[in-house]
Amino acid sequence: MKNAVGREIPDSLLVNGKEVYQGKNYMDGKYIQKAAPKTRRYETPRESKIVDSIVQALKDCGAKSGMTFSFHHHLRDGDYVVNMVMQAAIEELGLEELTIAASSLGAAHDPIADYIEQGKVVGIQTSGIRGRMGEVVSAGKLKTPAIIRSHGGRPRAIEGGEVHIDIAFIAAPTSDCVGNCRGVGGKSDCGSLGYAMTDAKYADHVVVVTDCLVDFPNFPTSVEAIDVDAVVVVDSIGNPKKIASAAARITQNPRELMMAEQAAKVISVTPYFKDGFSFQTGAGGPSLAVNLFLEQYMDERNIKMGWAIGGICGPMVELLKKGKVGKVIDVQDFDLDAVQSIHTTPNHFEMSASQYANPANKGAFVNKLDFVVLAALEIDTGFNVNVLTGSDGVLRGAPGGHPDTAAGSKVCIIVTPLVRGRMATVCEHVVTVTTPGDCVDVLVTDYGIAVNPLRPDLIECLDNAGIPHVTIEALKEKAYSLVGRPDGLEWEDKVVAVLEARDGTILDVVRKIKPFVL
Amino acid sequence: MEILKPAIAGTLESSDAQVTVEPGEGGIELSLTSSVMNQYGRQIKATVLETLERLDVSSARVTVVDKGALDCTLKARVECAVFRSCGASAANIPWGGAVR
Amino acid sequence: MIPRPKPERFRLRRTMMFMNAQKPGLIKDAYIYGCDSIMLDLEDAVAENQKDAARFSLYHALKTIDYGDTEVIVRINGLDTPHWQEDIRVCVAGGADGIRIAKCESAQDVLTVEQAVEEAEKEFGVEVGRTLLMAALESPKGILNAYEICSASDRMFGVAISGGDFRKCMQTSPQHDGVDMLFARGQMLLAARAAGIQCFDTVFTNLDDQEGFEAEVLQNKAMGFDGKSLINPKQIRFVHQVFAPTEKEVIQAEKIVRAIRENAEKGLGVFTVDGKMIDIAFLPGAERTLKLARACGMYEGDLV
Repeated sequence: MKNAVGREIPDSLLVNGKEVYQGKNYMDGKYIQKAAPKTRRYETPRESKIVDSIVQALKDCGAKSGMTFSFHHHLRDGDYVVNMVMQAAIEELGLEELTIAASSLGAAHDPIADYIEQGKVVGIQTSGIRGRMGEVVSAGKLKTPAIIRSHGGRPRAIEGGEVHIDIAFIAAPTSDCVGNCRGVGGKSDCGSLGYAMTDAKYADHVVVVTDCLVDFPNFPTSVEAIDVDAVVVVDSIGNPKKIASAAARITQNPRELMMAEQAAKVISVTPYFKDGFSFQTGAGGPSLAVNLFLEQYMDERNIKMGWAIGGICGPMVELLKKGKVGKVIDVQDFDLDAVQSIHTTPNHFEMSASQYANPANKGAFVNKLDFVVLAALEIDTGFNVNVLTGSDGVLRGAPGGHPDTAAGSKVCIIVTPLVRGRMATVCEHVVTVTTPGDCVDVLVTDYGIAVNPLRPDLIECLDNAGIPHVTIEALKEKAYSLVGRPDGLEWEDKVVAVLEARDGTILDVVRKIKPFVL
Repeated sequence: MEILKPAIAGTLESSDAQVTVEPGEGGIELSLTSSVMNQYGRQIKATVLETLERLDVSSARVTVVDKGALDCTLKARVECAVFRSCGASAANIPWGGAVR
Repeated sequence: MIPRPKPERFRLRRTMMFMNAQKPGLIKDAYIYGCDSIMLDLEDAVAENQKDAARFSLYHALKTIDYGDTEVIVRINGLDTPHWQEDIRVCVAGGADGIRIAKCESAQDVLTVEQAVEEAEKEFGVEVGRTLLMAALESPKGILNAYEICSASDRMFGVAISGGDFRKCMQTSPQHDGVDMLFARGQMLLAARAAGIQCFDTVFTNLDDQEGFEAEVLQNKAMGFDGKSLINPKQIRFVHQVFAPTEKEVIQAEKIVRAIRENAEKGLGVFTVDGKMIDIAFLPGAERTLKLARACGMYEGDLV
C-alpha cells in the first residue's frame, strides 16, 4: 500500500494495527495505552545491589534466549557496554534469538555484526545503524527487519508497549551501590543520560554498568535506584576520547561557513526571530557554525535566545555563559564543554528523550521550537529528507531527532552541500524517506536556497529581504548537471529495515540492495 | 596508441580516480572499483572505454580505483595514464583532438 | 562543453583566488564563493612530476565546468622551465580567459609568451588576441622593469607582485606595516597606472593572522590597488568589503555620470556638481565606482 510520501509499504507489515504514514499530526487526539513493566519487589532492606559480573546480573534478571535487551548511546563511538553485555549473553551464557533495542548504534558496535551473521542476534531496533552492522543488515543477514525509529519515536514505542524491554542495561559514568546514576563525576563522563530514562522506567529489569562507584546517594540522579535491579562495576565502560570529542570547534571549511551564514540570514528575516526565540542545531560542521552567525544577528537586533534544546555542544554552552540564551535543555552532550557544563552552569538542564521529542505524550519540547537547523544525506524535490541510507542504498545513518524537530518546529532548515563527491544530495527521489517533506521548510545549499512551496509565508520573508532563492527542481538539475544523472538502484524484494514515522506509522522500508557488478 | 609500459595517473583522494594502464594481450581488460558503483558504475565504465577508444587504445589492462570522480576527472586520468605509458605526456598533446 | 564569452580586458578584479589545477575537488566549483577571478595554478602548487597530469585536469575542467561570470586565469610555469610552452597550448585550447606569466622580468618575457599564445590561438582556431595576459613580478629586476613589462602588449590587463619570492630576493620577510615591500608595491603601482593597466597585491598566507590580513588589505586599498590575490575563500568577504565604495561615493558618482551625459547633449564641457568643478576626465572614475557598486550589490541603476 502506498503511503502519504508515495512509498510502497508491503501489506505483510500492516498487521497488529500498523498503518502506513498518513501525513503530519495524523495521530493527534488519539489515545495510547501505556504498557507497565513487570518488576521485582525489593522489600527486604539491602545494603547494596552490586553483583560480581554481567553474567551474574543476567542470571539474576532471568535472562534467556528470545529476550530484548536495551541500551542507550550516550557513550557514542566510545561505548564498550553493548559489546560487553552481548558477549556475556551469547558466548558465556549461550543465549540465542536476542533482540537489541538501542537508542542508537554506531562504529563502536562492529562486533555485533558477527552475532547477526551467526544468527544469535535476530532483531535490531535503533535510531542509528552504521559501519559493519549497517552492511550486514543491508545484505539481508538479520533474521527480522531492523526497526528504525526517531529519538521521539523510541520512547513512544516503549511507552506504548510496541517494544517490550526485558532487561535494560544502563551504562553509567557514576553510580552508587544501589543504582542511582549520573552522567558526570567519573572517568567516562557523557553528561546527560536523557536517552536512558524511559528504558529505566519501562524495562522489566534494569542493570547498571559503571566504572566509577561513588558514595550513596549519587544525587541529583538521572536514573533512579528505585528502578534498578543490579549494579555491575567494570574496569571501563568506554573510551573517553570517543565519548565526548574535545571541544567541538566551529568549522573552518569555507563551503560550510558560507552555508551556515546563509542559514542564519534566513532565520534572521523570519517573524519568529525575536527576543526569546527557541533554537536547535545539529553538531555537524555547517549546522554548528550557524550559532556563530546567529549570534551576530542577535547582537545587531539586541535580542536573546529564550531557550535551546538538543544534543548540545560547546558553542551553545558559550552562548549560555555569555547570557545570550535563557536556558539550555539537554538530552545529549557531544563535547567536553557541554559535559562539564550540565548540572553546573546555571540554567543548563537535563531532559529525557520523551520530554524532548515524543509525539505521543502531551507536548514535547520540539513542539515549541521556533527554528531547527539540520543536515541531510539526500533531499528530494518533494523536500523529503534521507538521513539513513547512503545514495548506494546501504544503511549508514540515523534519523535521530531529525523527524521530531522537523515536525515540531516552526521553521526547519536543511543545510547541505549540493553534491558530495559524485553523489547528488539534492535528487529526484531519496533512497529512503526519514523525514517527510511536509515537515521541511527551507533548503540551504552551496549553490542556492530553496523554500518549500507549502510555506508561502517564508517565501515572502525571503523576497522582502532580497535573499535570492530558486526552486528545488532547479537545484536538483544543477546537481545532476555536475555529477550526471545516477542510475536507479536495484533492489531485491526482501525488506531489511522498516522505518517508522515518529507517530508509529510506516514511513518507508529499506530492501536488500543488489550491488552492481561490472 | 599502443600501451608500451605500465603507467599510473591520479590519486586515491575523494573526488579523484587512480587509473593504471598496462600492456594488454588484445582487447581492453577493465577492472573497476568505485565508491559510487551502484549509481554510476555503468557510466564510469562507458566513460573509460570511450576515452580509450578516442585515444585508439585497443589492447590494455586498465585498473580504475574511483573515489567519486566526475567524468571530466576520469577522462583526464585515463588520458594522462595512456600518454605516460607511451612517454608522450609532457608536450604536443592533441588538445581538442583525441583529447577532448 | 561550455563556451566562454570573450574575455574583457578591463573588468572588476577585486579578488583572484588561487586553486591547485591538479585537485579535482577544488577546481570543480571554486566560483561559488563569489571571487571575481579564479587563478588555476600549474606552477608552484603542482609537483614537478605531476605537471602533465595537471594539464589534463585543467583542460577538461575548462571545457566542462560552467564558471559563469567568474574570470578564469591560469598561472603557467616560468620561462626557465620545460613546461611553459605546453602550459600555454592547454590554456589556449581550453579557452582560459587569461594567462599569468610567472617570474616576469622584462618586456621580452611578455613578448615571448605573447608569441607562443598567438601560435596556439592559430593552432587551435581561437580568435587571435582573445587570450589576455598578466605578469607576476617576483624579483627586483621585475620591479625595476615594471613599466616596460606593463606596456609590452595590448593583451596585458594587469600586473601583480608575488611576495614570497620577492621578499626572499630582498632578504626580508612580511612586516605588519608593509614596509618590506612598500617601495616595490609603489613602483609597480606607478608603472601600472602609467601603462593604464590594473595592479594586484600578493597573497597573505598566514590564515590564522586575520588582523594582519585586514591591515594589509586596508593598506592595499589606500595605496590604490585594484585587487588582491587570495589563497582561501574565507578571505574574499573582507576584501570585497574594503574595496566597496561608500554610499556617499556611489551617490556622487551617479550624479557625475548623469551630469556629464546631460551636459554633453547640451554641448557643455565644464560644469559644477554640488559646487565642485567637473569635466569629462571624471567619467571613467565615476563609472568605475558605479560598476564596483553594482558588483557589491549597492547600485541597481542603469548608468553602467
